Amino acid sequence: MTGADILRAFKRDGRIVVVGASLAGLRAAEALRDEGFTGSLTMIGDELGEPYDRPPLSKQVLTGWVPADGTKLPRRRDIDAEWLLGVPASGLDLATDHVRLADGREVPFDRVLIATGVRARPWFVESEAALDGVFVVRTREHAEGLQRALAAGPSRVLVIGAGFTGSEIASICRERNIPVTVAELAPGPLVGALGAMIGEIAADMQRAHGVDLRCGVKVTRLEGDEQGRFRRAHFDDGTTIDADVAVVALGGIRNTEWLRDSGLAVGVWGIACDTGCRALDLNGLITDNIFVAGDVARCPNPIYEYRLISLEHWANAVEQAEVAAHNMVSGQADRWPHLSIPLFWSIQFGVNIKSVGVPTFADEVVVVQGSVTDRRFVAAYGYRGRVTAAVSFNNAKWLDHYRQLIETAAPFPPPCPTPDQPADMKPVPVDFPGPTLLAQGATVVVTGHDPSERRVTSVQRHR
Amino acid sequence: MRIVVDLSRCEGYAQCAFLAPDAFRMHGEEALMYDPNPDDARRDQVLRAAAACPVQAILVDRLEGRDVLAERSKS
Repeated sequence: MTGADILRAFKRDGRIVVVGASLAGLRAAEALRDEGFTGSLTMIGDELGEPYDRPPLSKQVLTGWVPADGTKLPRRRDIDAEWLLGVPASGLDLATDHVRLADGREVPFDRVLIATGVRARPWFVESEAALDGVFVVRTREHAEGLQRALAAGPSRVLVIGAGFTGSEIASICRERNIPVTVAELAPGPLVGALGAMIGEIAADMQRAHGVDLRCGVKVTRLEGDEQGRFRRAHFDDGTTIDADVAVVALGGIRNTEWLRDSGLAVGVWGIACDTGCRALDLNGLITDNIFVAGDVARCPNPIYEYRLISLEHWANAVEQAEVAAHNMVSGQADRWPHLSIPLFWSIQFGVNIKSVGVPTFADEVVVVQGSVTDRRFVAAYGYRGRVTAAVSFNNAKWLDHYRQLIETAAPFPPPCPTPDQPADMKPVPVDFPGPTLLAQGATVVVTGHDPSERRVTSVQRHR
Repeated sequence: MRIVVDLSRCEGYAQCAFLAPDAFRMHGEEALMYDPNPDDARRDQVLRAAAACPVQAILVDRLEGRDVLAERSKS
């Protein structure tokens, strides 16, 4: 049989397993059928019920407008799949091409797509996390519980962490006229993603809306009463605050533990893959039947010096799913690279915040368009004299212009494309806290001397 | 009916909020908030909004809400 015959036979009656039944998994499954795959398709997911959309959970659902079970994803087509839901995958055996489930079942595949996503990082003290009134927001059930707690009219809500999710939740508390305190270790909200300058603007915005924003502080303890209800939080500066609800918004943990012994290039940043979404093994060699998409994919981007970048973005999950699906049923010569520029949005305090590119891949930032005081502007990010990202506040119509600047490596700072040029257009250092993209996640060692013997071994560290 | 809006594509033209105000609302000047599961009675309105979106960011369910999990679920 030729390669084309094998591919035709696989498309006709091969076996594809998709691990992860959320946005990326569903979109990939639909794309596989669109591409003419008629073999068996199995969807594995740890949550019960149909795939649902998560962004509304921290917005429309928490305002009380939309019920938590009202975000099921629309279907682009029938996918004729077998759904194995409510049981997480617990292992991947590359020698026999099986996915293992936590209940002991084994699911054979010819090709597999890994799209297991991210879960909420829980509060670090288990007994405190279990207090009544302490929440995280990632799943439908989380959002439902928090919505009910907000509807009960708490005296105060404490939000721990002022990233995008934490800031959105604080915004909703103010919309519902609930007193809210936001505690953030960094010097301002959104600083980890967008840098110090935007952080200052976001801090002003929160305070203008009545948020009790406390930056540069760490929550050290969540205290409960005798009934096990959350009552008070302690800060590292010795102060305390009384509240009935605490929302832990400290980001996510990638669901990759189940792949620890799989032999794939897995770490805290996800599973390394090529731009075709094919997973790399521990040695950095491309696998040809293991694909990755969504929040767990750590994919090189040529625009950013081929660095491996993992993104928790909605549009990235959709695009990677489509590329992965296409490549799963295509021959080498017809494969697509995933080369898109990252896009992200957040809605908070009546402002539409959007970004294009990778703001953390920058050394300088400047407001190039509009007015910060009017909360309608675009800030451009540059790295060694070229544009690498842009962030807009209520100015989304212009982002595509900046995407083109990024794609063409246009010089930084770029000129203002409109008459509303700010008076002061002096770039400032971008100032991200802590190590950025490159420095983190060394989780392997190399062994052996002869080229035929040299191998990478993973190092498991406690986190 | 189920819908999803690709908000990375949305540029806040607000055509949808004008055509189907029960399902689409503006939050501030250009941020869109929408009901992912609007009442079927609003179907025509929502379809008109989806068709009118200048950046075609609104995806409407093509299976009309039938229970697609039941198709071959063994678990």
